[in-house]
Amino acid sequence: MTDSTDAAASETIETDVVVIGAGPCGLFAVFELGLLDLRCHVVDILDRPGGQCVELYPEKPIYDVPALPLVTGQELADRLMEQIKPFEPKFHFSERIDGLTRESDGRFRLVSDQGTVFLTKVVVIAAGGGSFTPKRPPLPGIETHEGTSVFYSVRKIESLRGRDIVVIGGGDSALDWTLSLQPVAKSMTLVHRRDEFRAAPHSVDQMRALVAQGKVRLAIGQVTALQADGNNLQSVTLRTADGEEALPCNAMLPFFGLTMKLGPIANWGLNLNENLVPVDTERFETSEKGIFAIGDINSYPGKLKLILSGFHEAALMAQAASRIVNPGKKVLFQYTTSSSSLQKKLGVK
Amino acid sequence: MAKITFIQPDGTSQTVTGDIGMTVMEAAKLNNVEGIEAECGGACACATCHVYVDDAWRSVTGSPSAMEEDMLDFAFDVREGSRLSCQVKITAAIDGLVVRVPAKQF
Repeated sequence: MTDSTDAAASETIETDVVVIGAGPCGLFAVFELGLLDLRCHVVDILDRPGGQCVELYPEKPIYDVPALPLVTGQELADRLMEQIKPFEPKFHFSERIDGLTRESDGRFRLVSDQGTVFLTKVVVIAAGGGSFTPKRPPLPGIETHEGTSVFYSVRKIESLRGRDIVVIGGGDSALDWTLSLQPVAKSMTLVHRRDEFRAAPHSVDQMRALVAQGKVRLAIGQVTALQADGNNLQSVTLRTADGEEALPCNAMLPFFGLTMKLGPIANWGLNLNENLVPVDTERFETSEKGIFAIGDINSYPGKLKLILSGFHEAALMAQAASRIVNPGKKVLFQYTTSSSSLQKKLGVK
Repeated sequence: MAKITFIQPDGTSQTVTGDIGMTVMEAAKLNNVEGIEAECGGACACATCHVYVDDAWRSVTGSPSAMEEDMLDFAFDVREGSRLSCQVKITAAIDGLVVRVPAKQF
């Protein structure tokens, strides 16, 4: 294999633990596991650490993290990243674990949507509300066109050459795709509910210039229905202040933000209860030995979806994970304040 | 305390009471009103607690802030009375408020 990308994709990563989710609980799990000498790979669908805290409310204050009277979602993620640095976790961002199977030697084989393969002794599901996925507008029949004429991202711009493209939204994604797809489009319409855009002013200016040149149509309104000939999207119903019209369209890109879905976790053979993963409260282990679930994704009697509860769960889970990775090895309980061996691991000089 | 009526897309309605100072979303969640998801828990960060404020009540509830307007871009079928219910505070003045729940939050 000479192509380095291919080589990377086909390489199997062997590790002690794979943590699914880089939110606060997943990050703190790296810390607790690290104190017990377990090495982690962390996978997250988002392109950076922090999970919901960073994706949903980076600037909003959190008041109930012990000893931090006020911390923003972003600060919390930043501090956790600093705290786990000594353990050198390997991050895999913009990746989702799709497949999980057990090998004959008892380890788990995880495969990501990017083709990365992990062989691991322990899996920690710290996936919060599930994986962030693009919101699907509730337009009847839309799912039959996804991947052929409805897209939430585009890998190859060329693949949409010559199409009647409709982009919906007013943020950076909508504007960026309008600008980058316009040169190859047969027609390009940007639909947004109001004549105000959240996107970077520079992109908005570029879009308005293209509108002035007649290269992009800006429609203030909304798409309310799809018309297809069999599986081929033909047009969309555009509702504006002037009424309704059928807008020719065989490629639609709706950008309504992200929502959380349980996703592939549902297919791993774990017991589930209303999209949550039941665990015991001693080890926070799921119905499958070696697979743990911590944070918002788990359920047990008295469960509170609090960051601080997830931290506690991470600490107890790590003890049980250690017994699986190193069977027979005594887990010595120690304090970071006084243990020279823990301080060595933390890089305390 | 204030009474708030939620009308579902099928026409059924549910009247709940909420404490002054709460949000309309919180009153809905406490009373299991269908169709109010509030995925982000009230941070004005997800647009899944979208409601339509009845015409008669719009002057009382006021209009969305700039942040809420931005977040309404993520809601579907936004109309003139669209609000995110986590951003509508319950005051004595809104006692009797009527809001409609959209067919789908997403």
